[in-house]
Amino acid sequence: MALLEIRHVVRRFGDYTAVDNVSISVETGEFFTLLGPSGCGKTTLLRMIAGFDLPDSGQILLDGRDMVGTPPEKRPVHTVFQTYALFPHMTVADNVAFPLRMGGRTQPEIRERVQHALDGVRLPDFANRFPHELSGGQKQRVALARGLVNRPRLLLLDEPLGALDAKLREEMQIELINLQKEVGITFVFVTHAQDEALALSHRIAVMNRGRVEQIDEPSRIYGFPRNRFVADFIGKISMMEARVVEAEPSRLRLEVAELGEVVMAGRDGVKAGDRGVVAIRPEQVRISRPAAPAESENHFPGRVHDFLYVGDVTTYIVELSNGARIEALLPNASPGRATFFEVGDEVGVSWRHDTGIFLDD
Amino acid sequence: MTRDTPRSTRAARLLTGGPPLLFLLVFFVIPSLIMVLTSFRFPGEFGGLAPVTAPADQAAGEYGFTTEAYAFFFSDTLYARVFLKSFGVALATTLACLLMAYPLALLIARSEKRFRNLMVLLVILPFASNFLIRVYAWAIILGPQSALSRVANTLLALLGMEPATLLFSPFAVLVGMVYVHLPFMILPLYTNLEKHDPALLDAAQDLGARGWQRFWRVTWPLSLPGVFSGSALVFIPVLGMFAVPDILGGTRDILIGNLIKDQFLGTRDWPFGSVLSIMLTLAVLSVASLTAWFARAAGRTP
Ligand SMILES: Nc1ncnc2c1ncn2[C@@H]1O[C@H](COP(=O)(O)OP(=O)(O)OP(=O)(O)O)[C@@H](O)[C@H]1O
Ligand SMILES: [Mg+2]
Repeated sequence: MALLEIRHVVRRFGDYTAVDNVSISVETGEFFTLLGPSGCGKTTLLRMIAGFDLPDSGQILLDGRDMVGTPPEKRPVHTVFQTYALFPHMTVADNVAFPLRMGGRTQPEIRERVQHALDGVRLPDFANRFPHELSGGQKQRVALARGLVNRPRLLLLDEPLGALDAKLREEMQIELINLQKEVGITFVFVTHAQDEALALSHRIAVMNRGRVEQIDEPSRIYGFPRNRFVADFIGKISMMEARVVEAEPSRLRLEVAELGEVVMAGRDGVKAGDRGVVAIRPEQVRISRPAAPAESENHFPGRVHDFLYVGDVTTYIVELSNGARIEALLPNASPGRATFFEVGDEVGVSWRHDTGIFLDD
Repeated sequence: MTRDTPRSTRAARLLTGGPPLLFLLVFFVIPSLIMVLTSFRFPGEFGGLAPVTAPADQAAGEYGFTTEAYAFFFSDTLYARVFLKSFGVALATTLACLLMAYPLALLIARSEKRFRNLMVLLVILPFASNFLIRVYAWAIILGPQSALSRVANTLLALLGMEPATLLFSPFAVLVGMVYVHLPFMILPLYTNLEKHDPALLDAAQDLGARGWQRFWRVTWPLSLPGVFSGSALVFIPVLGMFAVPDILGGTRDILIGNLIKDQFLGTRDWPFGSVLSIMLTLAVLSVASLTAWFARAAGRTP
């Protein structure tokens, strides 16, 4: 039985549907992420799980029990808020002890568990500080310790790393993974940063306008996006309108207007005549001097429209003869930029027949 | 290590801080010094002060400086008792104001933003009419012919008890004091409560705190600075107030304020009036500094 089960939950504000028929089940011990653009209903869903808001229809079950009549203070669910919400008038130790005191634990037990929790987030010597004496990352860790100390069944985290700078964010991501593994508590994590979701999660639910578009493991979300929205939202991808010419179980042959034929791996449920887009990830595209193409590749001539140097890699944007732009990624293995191509150069782009994705929505 | 302050900053400080300091000097420090001097003089024969040196045509009499007024203050426990009673009234008024103002301030702070300003306006609306008129209105409300008195006495009669007069009683004084000072408690409390981050209450609830626990562990401690400043704004003026006991308290319920007023306007014993004033100022200052100290201890965090 799933630890958390969300069944057909709908939440409306006036005539706006913020959460639209969402069904998700989260297993014990899982690191589950809700990913989606701003305003897609992540916080609204999280607040319903925590008990601050109730669904207009649908059910939320925890350990198989419907939570509808259980107020937030009685749910074995704790939340790490985006703004941390540390109590400013209490020391770090008192903040962390708060849920234990509410739970009626004895003084020695509280002292021991607070210390243990602070050790766990690597702040053993901060017990007597006040929140305003902490840095952003330290506040973040205190909020984590406070959420974990009473060992909830479920910890909800609403964009907890949103306020941190890039470097600290990466550090905290690694710490979060380790911490979750260590304590074994189920996490439901909310973010609108796709790289964060991919790096942290066991499974991801991609949300858009209140709906769940796809629930899958990170590698499948990235490699096999179910529709255009997911493909576009996760990572970088180039897309071209196309029509299916021939559909075999092992391969699809597509016609791209004013360009030619594209071949890719077969997919269930696609038949000749379907319209959709071919999508291809930049790291799967090879860029080269115009040359005779290999037999097993899609190959098109084009011109370098622009490139972006970001340190580890250079992204080239190549304009094809039909005006479509394809991104290609070239790693900068040797020092400096791999300056193979300049803007305006005639080049060829190619990708293997088994790499592209066909999206038919 | 101190750093040199640039001249422009110093000039700016003088310009912004100067006028208020000058104001305090002229209207607080100098009058206080005059009062201290006055307290060591003899009262004049027909009020006011006796001259410091004896006039030529009058050899005998009380001239110069003396501590007689202080001796008089300490000679009778009456004055200490009036002080104590005044403190009692001030304390009771402060507590009553706090009990009434806190829920209201909380209500205003937690209602929708567009209603808040209207509610605050309603709180300060009584200031639009004259203070004395408002207090006299209470004299009518509490008077023997008022509906309130008649209902109260009918109820008392039903219970087989003696009729009571509401007006000219400590009760009337307390009602008047609370009525006059309530806004001074509501406003600082509201200003404080309005700034509380609602996410803190969500967090407390999320972590297992029930309604009252959320209040006592989050809202109340965070509101202490507002509680202290509101209390100071009520306690201190009540201590010196004479108009309310004059109008609502009758002859028996006099407070320090009345005593001081009588010395200057009635008995015309200026030195003794000055002694009473000095005692009151000292009392107020010690209460104020005690409050400030408590507030600092309670509100160490911003
Ligand atoms: N109490 C409310 N009343 C009316 N509309 C609301 C309310 N709460 C949320 N909404 C609307 O519901 C939608 C979803 O909001 P929500 O806060 O869940 O978004 P989110 O996915 O958490 O976005 P973000 O990443 O910006 O935090 C938004 O369009 C928002 O305006
Ligand atoms: Mg949100």
